[in-house]
Amino acid sequence: MDPRQPSEANARAAAMPPELMQDPLLELEAVTAAYGRIQVLNGVDLAVPAGTVLALLGPNGGGKSTTLKVASCQMEPTSGRVKIAGRTVNGATSEQLAELGVCTIPEGRGIFANLTVRENLELATYTGKSLSAIEDRTYSFFPRLAERRHQLAGTMSGGEQQMLSMSRALSSDPVLLMLDELSMGLAPLVVEELYAVVSQVAGEGVSILVVEQFARTVLGVADWAAIMLGGRITRVGPPGELEQELTAAYLGDR
Amino acid sequence: MENLSGFLILGIATGSLYAIAASGLVVTYTTSGIFNFAHGATGMVMAYIYWQITDPEGWGVHPILGLVVVLFIVAPLFGALVERVIMRGLQDTSLVTKLVVTIGLMVGLRELVNQVLWPPAVRPAAKFFPGDRWTLSGVSVTAHDLIGIAVAILVAAGLYLLLYKTRIGVSMRAVVDDRELVRLNGGRPNRLSMFSWGLGASLAALAGILAAPIVQSTLQVDPLTIFVINAYAAAVIGRLQSLPWTFAGGIIIGVAQNLAVVYLPQTEALTGLRPSVPTILLFITLLVLPQTRLRTHSLQRLRESVPHSTLQGTLLMTAVLMAAVALVAQVSDARMVLDLSRALVLCIMILSLVPLTGFAGQISLAQWTFGGIGVWVAATWISSSNPLSLVLAALVAGAVGAVVALPALRLQGIYLALATMAFAVLMDNLVFKQEWMLGSSIVVDRLPGLENDKVFAIFLALMFGLLALFVVWLRRGPFGRRLQAMKDSPAACATLGLDLTRTKLEAFAISAAIAGIGGVMLGMLKPSVGPNDFLMFNSLPLLLMGVVGGITAVGGALFGGLLLGAFPVLARVLADVPVLPELFLLGPALAGISLGRNPNGAVNEITRSFRDRNEARRRRKELREVADVRPEGDGVAIGPEAPAHAGDGRVLIDPLDEPEWLGIDRPFTQREVQALNEALDLKESDLDVTARS
Ligand SMILES: Nc1ncnc2c1ncn2[C@@H]1O[C@H](COP(=O)(O)OP(=O)(O)OP(=O)(O)O)[C@@H](O)[C@H]1O
Ligand SMILES: [Mg+2]
Repeated sequence: MDPRQPSEANARAAAMPPELMQDPLLELEAVTAAYGRIQVLNGVDLAVPAGTVLALLGPNGGGKSTTLKVASCQMEPTSGRVKIAGRTVNGATSEQLAELGVCTIPEGRGIFANLTVRENLELATYTGKSLSAIEDRTYSFFPRLAERRHQLAGTMSGGEQQMLSMSRALSSDPVLLMLDELSMGLAPLVVEELYAVVSQVAGEGVSILVVEQFARTVLGVADWAAIMLGGRITRVGPPGELEQELTAAYLGDR
Repeated sequence: MENLSGFLILGIATGSLYAIAASGLVVTYTTSGIFNFAHGATGMVMAYIYWQITDPEGWGVHPILGLVVVLFIVAPLFGALVERVIMRGLQDTSLVTKLVVTIGLMVGLRELVNQVLWPPAVRPAAKFFPGDRWTLSGVSVTAHDLIGIAVAILVAAGLYLLLYKTRIGVSMRAVVDDRELVRLNGGRPNRLSMFSWGLGASLAALAGILAAPIVQSTLQVDPLTIFVINAYAAAVIGRLQSLPWTFAGGIIIGVAQNLAVVYLPQTEALTGLRPSVPTILLFITLLVLPQTRLRTHSLQRLRESVPHSTLQGTLLMTAVLMAAVALVAQVSDARMVLDLSRALVLCIMILSLVPLTGFAGQISLAQWTFGGIGVWVAATWISSSNPLSLVLAALVAGAVGAVVALPALRLQGIYLALATMAFAVLMDNLVFKQEWMLGSSIVVDRLPGLENDKVFAIFLALMFGLLALFVVWLRRGPFGRRLQAMKDSPAACATLGLDLTRTKLEAFAISAAIAGIGGVMLGMLKPSVGPNDFLMFNSLPLLLMGVVGGITAVGGALFGGLLLGAFPVLARVLADVPVLPELFLLGPALAGISLGRNPNGAVNEITRSFRDRNEARRRRKELREVADVRPEGDGVAIGPEAPAHAGDGRVLIDPLDEPEWLGIDRPFTQREVQALNEALDLKESDLDVTARS
């Protein structure tokens, strides 16, 4: 029995491949988190090496979004440590992280529905970029948004809204990017378009943590994949090795 | 009508001031989610500060400089400070707490001006450019009026530019949409809130300074406060979110108010009507306002906990209270007996809020108004020495309460609070002052046998006890459960088919009925009562002290009432000591404001700490016993001392944790499994089904 965590004796926490532990940009150490009395994360260990894309996969209610909330300091973990670039950031606020170059696109549409497209982009200027630079870069990736710059964001199509939320990731030049279910409710073609952008951002050396339920598209982009079940990481490895296990996880046969 | 256009201009001028004040209210509400009842009082205080700075009797500074100092330094700092120190602590508290804290601030500012900083005296309120006036189709329009209009236009334009053309303004609108997402963008919602409270206070100041000479030729605390409060109607027309509609609403109210002069007959009975036009419009707006969607708050974690009284406890409390009152009445002088009786009446008045605020989570700012109706019914319909008059007073007050609440019940709590406030102001201005009502002060006979003040004090204690028993009995029954369910989740109730409107209506009627009885008690206590006994402002400390005492339990009403009654007595007794008397007069307000830090109320806090300690001691003792007999093994034994080994090396469960929460609020770990197994005397091999088969 591991003396450090006697109670986790029957847990199926996966060991981290050593490559993952080299120079990690984001690191979660034995993180637990709870909503009120209900504990949702039961000791999450996870690392995203600098300059790589890690896909966090798993069925509903596994705690993926909660992991992301903890990692972006929107939620205080009940125990364990969150480290970014080797520094413990427990207790920091999400706006502080954002200023430091951690860009988080939350679940659902990460946009302000009652603001115009341009005003949405204006809010991205808190990261220090000028509005015109942000606009130029966004419109070069998504020309469709240029036509709609004065439209209320909430009145756009789901795909356009998700492009808009991605634009913050594109234009703010982040160090770490965290995306939660980019594909939610979107047509496969749009999803592919969005992930093309993700891989382009990754190509610029940004470390990325993507949360997804449906793995097909994201596994093409990811360097690493992790499966999350019942508030624990149950498996980490190269995407190719994990595909079969994933199927099993979704079918509940574990 | 030839002078119509003149009145129209005047109406637009008044309306402009309403618009300015209301826009400040809307800006703070949308960015911080807190409806600031103290907005009117803020405007009033700022008008006084402006007077102090600029008046020759004050510091005599040039008006323009004074204006700059108040609008751009004093008011913004005040607003920001209020946000930082008081309002920021209100996240995760219930609507009632949020409202009560701002009401506490309102009461505090009013008392501060009245009692401490500017005790009543003649302070002329100067208009800007007082000499310049023109006659427009028979109506005199001053330069000051026109300045008001110009300023409103500037404010509208300025707000537009701020909210649409600057990053801070865009961020303020973004906060309304999604506070958390603003933070993920790197914006700071707390700073934005602070900014918006500063801006709100500045706009309140602007409205207050411009309104002061229009309201009356001298500075007056209550009329000025109510002038800005009238602007709340404009904010409601804007549904607390739309600034264009808020501005339109302000103009509509101002114009309606001035046209009322033209079209309404100038009879004696209607003298109070003109100032009441905004209030009436507020009512109409609430009536036609589209129903707001029920919010399903997503597992909101409130810091409040909700204890309730038991019948036995209430019986005991009544007995002890009566005995204590009898004892105090015996040993103290006549004045003290009257003070005590007054405090008991306050207890009854606060008790009337328990079913409404404590159980149903709604707010009324008109309890004394219902009291006034009750006392009027009891004294003038039939003789108040007839016990039936009490029943009649309760019935009529209850019925009026139901009628008042009806328009606002479909809406959220803020609107109901506003409607009751509007009703109370309306009654103050229009009805209570009438000769046939309370205008000429009425004398209320006591029930036979209660002529002696000491006997009457004991009777009040009994009355409180009986009403408290009634309230507790209500809470224990199906009606109480419906109320509780409604408070917990309106949305869930609606889907279950519970008729929310009826439940709220009943709660409101019961509350008003008890307040009606309380009013009769006040009448019996005092030699005579008049309109000033039932002012809207008198009802505010009831709510404050009720919530401070702990409004979900009848004990809280007792505590709050006695404390409220004690403050002025203490201030009187300690009149020679510096500072203390003022502090006691500010007591209810300070207590109300402090609620943000301790939203459960004093009584709950005290009893809970006792209960927790006793519970812990009892549990520890029991567990020790269980642990002693455990070798014989009777059921699931949960070990004695905190996560330790019971001498023989067995791991035991923390004694203070409920076993039934195991696995729900904390993980059911190997350690617990082991402890359970050992308690049940099971071995690993017994459990391993595969091994046995
Ligand atoms: N605000 C909340 N309050 C209470 N419980 C919550 C809250 N948010 C999530 N949970 C619970 O926490 C658990 C994990 O939720 P989480 O959103 O992290 O899962 P997820 O893996 O992102 O699922 P999905 O794939 O459906 O998005 C779920 O059981 C959920 O019910
Ligand atoms: Mg999720």
